[in-house]
Amino acid sequence: MAKPKPESGEGSKTKKVVNEFSINIATVNGSGSQTANLTLLRAIYKMGIPVSGKNIFPSNIQGLPTWYKIRVSKSGYAARAKKTDITVAMNPKTFRDDLEDLAPGGLFLYADHIKESIDREDVLLCPLPVKNLAREAKPPRELRDYIANMVYVGVLAYLLDIQMDTLKNALDFHFKGKQGPVELNFSVIQNAVKWAEAELELESPFKIQPLDLTDGFILANGNTAGGLGTIYGGMHFVSWYPITPATSLPEAILEYAPGLRKDPETKKSTYAVIQAEDELASIGMVIGAGWAGLRAMTATSGPGLSLMSEYASLAYFTEIPIVVWVIQRVGPSTGLPTRTAQGDVNMTYYLGHGDTKHVVLIPGTVNECFEFGWKALDLAEKLQMPIFVLSDLDLGQNQWMTTPFEYPKTPIDRGKILWEEDLEKIKDDWGRYLDLDGDAIPYRTVPGNRHPKSAYFARGTGHDDYANYSEKPEDWEENLNRLKRKFESSRPLLPEPEISAQAGATNGIIAFGSTDAAVREASDHLAAEGVKLDYLRLRALPVNSQVLKFIRDHPRVYVIENNRDGQMHSILSLELPDFPSELVSLSHIDGLPLSAEWIKEVVLAEEKS
Amino acid sequence: MAKKTVKQNEIGLTKEDYKGEPTTLCLGCGHNAIVGQIIAACYELNIPPESVVKISGIGCSSKAPTYFMDRSFGFNGLHGRMPSLATGALFGDTSLIGIGVSGDGDTASIGMGQFKHVTRRNLPLLYIVANNGVYGLTKGQFSATAEQGLALKKQGQNRYVPVDIVWEAIAGRASFVARSFSGDPQQLKALIKAGIHHRGIAVIDVISPCVTFNNQDDSFHSYAWGKSHEVALHELSFVPPVRAIKVHYEKGESLEVSLYDGTHIILKKLEHDYEPTDRVKAFQMLEEANDRNELVTGLIYINPKQKSLFDLYDLPETPLNRLSNEKLRPSPESLAEINQVMF
Ligand SMILES: Cc1ncc(C[n+]2csc(CCOP(=O)(O)OP(=O)(O)O)c2C)c(N)n1
Ligand code: SF4
Ligand SMILES: [Mg+2]
Repeated sequence: MAKPKPESGEGSKTKKVVNEFSINIATVNGSGSQTANLTLLRAIYKMGIPVSGKNIFPSNIQGLPTWYKIRVSKSGYAARAKKTDITVAMNPKTFRDDLEDLAPGGLFLYADHIKESIDREDVLLCPLPVKNLAREAKPPRELRDYIANMVYVGVLAYLLDIQMDTLKNALDFHFKGKQGPVELNFSVIQNAVKWAEAELELESPFKIQPLDLTDGFILANGNTAGGLGTIYGGMHFVSWYPITPATSLPEAILEYAPGLRKDPETKKSTYAVIQAEDELASIGMVIGAGWAGLRAMTATSGPGLSLMSEYASLAYFTEIPIVVWVIQRVGPSTGLPTRTAQGDVNMTYYLGHGDTKHVVLIPGTVNECFEFGWKALDLAEKLQMPIFVLSDLDLGQNQWMTTPFEYPKTPIDRGKILWEEDLEKIKDDWGRYLDLDGDAIPYRTVPGNRHPKSAYFARGTGHDDYANYSEKPEDWEENLNRLKRKFESSRPLLPEPEISAQAGATNGIIAFGSTDAAVREASDHLAAEGVKLDYLRLRALPVNSQVLKFIRDHPRVYVIENNRDGQMHSILSLELPDFPSELVSLSHIDGLPLSAEWIKEVVLAEEKS
Repeated sequence: MAKKTVKQNEIGLTKEDYKGEPTTLCLGCGHNAIVGQIIAACYELNIPPESVVKISGIGCSSKAPTYFMDRSFGFNGLHGRMPSLATGALFGDTSLIGIGVSGDGDTASIGMGQFKHVTRRNLPLLYIVANNGVYGLTKGQFSATAEQGLALKKQGQNRYVPVDIVWEAIAGRASFVARSFSGDPQQLKALIKAGIHHRGIAVIDVISPCVTFNNQDDSFHSYAWGKSHEVALHELSFVPPVRAIKVHYEKGESLEVSLYDGTHIILKKLEHDYEPTDRVKAFQMLEEANDRNELVTGLIYINPKQKSLFDLYDLPETPLNRLSNEKLRPSPESLAEINQVMF
């Protein structure tokens, strides 16, 4: 007989923790837990509670441990939480560590076929008859393990009060409405709930209660957003080579572009995608395309970026518009290929030999990944240079709550391109590298222009204003100085930093990219302890005058980043005029997203010193 | 006195219109002969220079595009990476004629990867390798096509066996593979014409002596060796579509290959009885010629039916680089729908 379910909420004996806790689901890679985890995440989100999910996964297809961390936060905190309140232990190999990791008073769900001793008395234990319940649903043999993960979804739904219809919704979404798998998975959830109702005596201290805090938001990852932004940015050409964690960006283009980018009249594709043989080829194709007047993009990660260096220098020098997305992972070398970092700031900014320097856009939210997706294509053609977009695994691959993608507010900007009719109006020779407008940006023609005066010869070697080969010292220097002027002139055109000021703050924080969530959370906690800090989130390199003003206005500024050497700190130090302000580097790298706890700790230590 | 009339082709252009900057290659360099034949072929084929794109890597050979067709767009890119640049560029407007010029170092050493992949993809591109068995521009090091035992001034003897570009191209599934010789301008010109009209990659490995660093009489890439060892597989002519074929060959004496655009290549038999339509036979022929120390030239393999890279994409008539902005950005409604399902 079903026992009456204990009352939850304010009235019950133990104080409930509502809508503010974190769940750590430990599974074996390749066991199909992703469906279960996303279903939980989406259901909670649909109940109106801000939630974020981080996949801490190995570089492996099957067998190694993987964790999925769901953070439920009515305060809207989306950074990695250091503390775990609920653990779902499905992996015997990490069982002991997972148990140890759980905070006192936490809830420990585990597959009952794992025969490990349990030596904690300060947590609530909940063994799950995973195998039995999965078998009851009579799934096809090969699906049995996958389905088993739905058992913890069902039991958690019971314990935390997650609504069944939202789970069904989430499954519908996941399986794109295919009723077979939806029903199969849902039946396991229902069985698990029934079992829990009948057998569980446990009362969860953690509860979900419906809110409306996710209204007007979407749940997405940065790579999908970047791919969509690129599509709406009017890209014509993408060439790429698979590498974690960049792959899902071009794959989003492969998924969405066929539906979005057919010419309505001819039904033909208005773009092309090539999977190249390596990153030398992918950037080479993109440069060829950019030269020929296509809006072209590639995406890669550290090792691929290293390979692209020679070509990046060529694109910079020949002034060819291209966009390169860099989704950072942990280096040096192959490093931790499935873990997040911000260690390619320097390499991206200076990629290439000689005096090469690039414009880098740095999205900090998923929505911004979409925005910078189309903006980067405009900037590349406007400035006739490579534009890099620097994201990372945490932002790119994990699910974040974000404001909906906004349709581009400005029309597509193709920059200064001359076609036949434009050349007709020019009496003399036009010069590919002539600075006619005084903005250091020359005019260009593209192959396919059939005017007899259209052609010019692009080359990585020295040239004069008319693109003729030249080794003259003055030609070289003038051209390189113009490139520098062009680079300098980009500063006011780039996304402005986002500044959050607090009344009574003296010192400040500068951060960028995916650490935004952790920095915001840490700022709240620091403020609660009386340490008030203004916060500037960089959104582009080179920095603009607002960044310099922010630094000047604060006697001490902490530069927080997820790498060892404080790379952004060093770039800022180089760019700064001689300010008396103290720039303090706070950097840290271990493969995990920075946590608010770590930031708070190191800032407090500095503030006290 | 009658004014001297300058000869024009059918689109009213003179040879002058097909010229480039004055060459800065060494006097007698094989690459100059290639430049000359590209100019002649394009002039005779009545190709508007504006519909040609020239792409190259790095090397003396890769400088060649500067010396022909000033009125064509050109890009002298990176060492060994001409194929990637060409691939991207030709997507801009697939009606353009791509002429890629590379060297043996550029293609068979640093660029082997991109070479193999561009042949596999069958990008419509005339891919000329000016093959001198040496690195000219860096002053006389062994290239990957240098024969074993070749002695060069500062390098000593070459230890390794050479790469055969024709062999690699056929193995790489190129749809048009030929070998020629800078000292055989007529054949070279006919092959260039055929290659331009072929829809797909047309690799021509041109033995193009470096007179400065590798022209010793016994070197496999010298004029002397080429002249005395060249064995042409056939007498080759290229026939434009509109001309009725006037020349009649005896039955069984010649082979006619039709290209996709209605042009033909006519291969008149010489002493070899060779049909360039079978990969396995091509390898066999190459091996046998190699054993006999012959430099076989001519059209070694062709498949005019193989799908080109662009046949594999569903591209519009209008070149991608001329699509209006409205065709490039999906509607606001479509984005609203995407936002609806983002969770
Ligand atoms: C990445 C890189 N490595 C090395 C060089 C130096 N380099 C310039 S040309 C060349 C060899 C060219 O040989 P080949 O392609 O045979 O052309 P050739 O000069 O013989 O016509 C080399 C090694 C370079 N430009 N780039
Ligand atoms: S060095 Fe050799 S390859 Fe270079 S231009 Fe002179 S002859 Fe030609
Ligand atoms: Mg060479």
